[in-house]
Amino acid sequence: MMITPKTNAERIKRYLEEGKRFDGRKPEEYREVIIETGVSKNAEGSARVRIGKTEVLVGIKMDVMEPYPDSPNKGNLMVTAELLQLSSPRFEGGRPGFDSVEIGRVVDRGIRESKFIDFEKLCIKEGEKVWNVFIDIYSINDDGNLLDAAGIGAVAALRNAKIPKYDEEKGKRLFEESSEKSLPLAETNPLTITIYKIGDNILLDPTREEEDVSEAKLSIGISDGIISSMQKGMEKSVTIQEFEEMLKMAEDTWKNLNSKLDKSD
Amino acid sequence: MSKDFKRPDGRKFDETREIKAKVGIVPNADGSAMFSFGNTVAVAAVYGPKVMHPQHSQNAEKGTLRCQYNMISFSVKDRIRPGPSRRSMEISKITEWALEPVVMLKGFANQVVDVHINILQADASTRCAGINAAAMALAHAGIPMKNLASSVSIGKLDKNLVVDLSKKEEDWEEGEGATDIPITMAPGGEITHIQLDGKIDSKQLMDVVALAKDANEKIYEIQKKALKEIGEK
Repeated sequence: MMITPKTNAERIKRYLEEGKRFDGRKPEEYREVIIETGVSKNAEGSARVRIGKTEVLVGIKMDVMEPYPDSPNKGNLMVTAELLQLSSPRFEGGRPGFDSVEIGRVVDRGIRESKFIDFEKLCIKEGEKVWNVFIDIYSINDDGNLLDAAGIGAVAALRNAKIPKYDEEKGKRLFEESSEKSLPLAETNPLTITIYKIGDNILLDPTREEEDVSEAKLSIGISDGIISSMQKGMEKSVTIQEFEEMLKMAEDTWKNLNSKLDKSD
Repeated sequence: MSKDFKRPDGRKFDETREIKAKVGIVPNADGSAMFSFGNTVAVAAVYGPKVMHPQHSQNAEKGTLRCQYNMISFSVKDRIRPGPSRRSMEISKITEWALEPVVMLKGFANQVVDVHINILQADASTRCAGINAAAMALAHAGIPMKNLASSVSIGKLDKNLVVDLSKKEEDWEEGEGATDIPITMAPGGEITHIQLDGKIDSKQLMDVVALAKDANEKIYEIQKKALKEIGEK
């Protein structure tokens, strides 16, 4: 869906040919990232992430459930993203569209595949009761790059989360009490960094307009040089050389964002 | 990477399972094809170009490629609930993206080309088999294309790279476990699709891309041969 006018699209491309962007950033430059944690009283953990004018709210809820038959000693993860109508005139209500499914699934795999959460430690009683971790992502304002914002928010919220109290005798989750125990998380933060291609130029952290005119994108789930998930999107291909460049960009960006995350809690 | 690594089914590291490709299997369709990697069997049928419905989805500048990936309920051991899932929605979109760089729909304003992909039997690498079948079905339907696209999954089992993952390999748990990397390319090595689940560093990932390029060249020849066979009939 192309809502950005054609004249703007052509101008964005022309600027990029000269290594320039409308807001004065360099192609590989991120907007300012602001991470706040503990922004919700009723969630087990939460974070608000702003990248320029883009904003997402991420909450963690946990509940006790029966484990899946193929992983009787492991907790579960469920990631859902909702693109709220309040966050953009272009979002429509009704059934979740592809964009929200994509955000949920890309963030899910970034966290799951990196083994960030030690699911075995979320087992209460093997084969009977395990913790289920829900990561719910809501867009508050969409000015591009919701995907990366959602990934940063998910990690910040997980780091912020405290496991609720569980009464083993009664087999009940005590909603009013927290165990004050943090989630079993790995030390390095997995992040999903998406790199976009417009014409023959590659760039990071697009604004809404830039994202509209992008022709290819590559989401890279990375944690300290180890890549654990990846997904290419959109209608144009990338050359092997561009692919290598994108990997390098993701590694550098991870370092910057990681230090921000470490300071956030 | 060790070249003497033993795969569960005895294949060499750069060997795919037996590939079968056949064009023209759904008489009603404008184009159709079957593609299989061993026990993974995909069929694809193309309908169109035809006027896009609903009307608000029409694009006045070019035709739309619309792919639908679906696994039939008994394609795997535990029954799959019929109907779209988050996973199938994602693979449908990924398939569109994998094929869009090679199809040329400029002359088909307000029209749609529908590609229906069904996995009849699954033993991993289903999206790759589906994309291969879809590319052939599009060519068979006479849709203008720059070229075919070919798709293969590269796996990293512990530290070893292998071509065309089976389900048994996908579930590898020893050492560093399994990393699954499906890659689609246009001939020459342009990447039109890549996904990854697992754990790998960027240096080895470049080896993965090189392996995929070789494997996809072989798959491309098989797809071409199947298309020529139908032309000779």
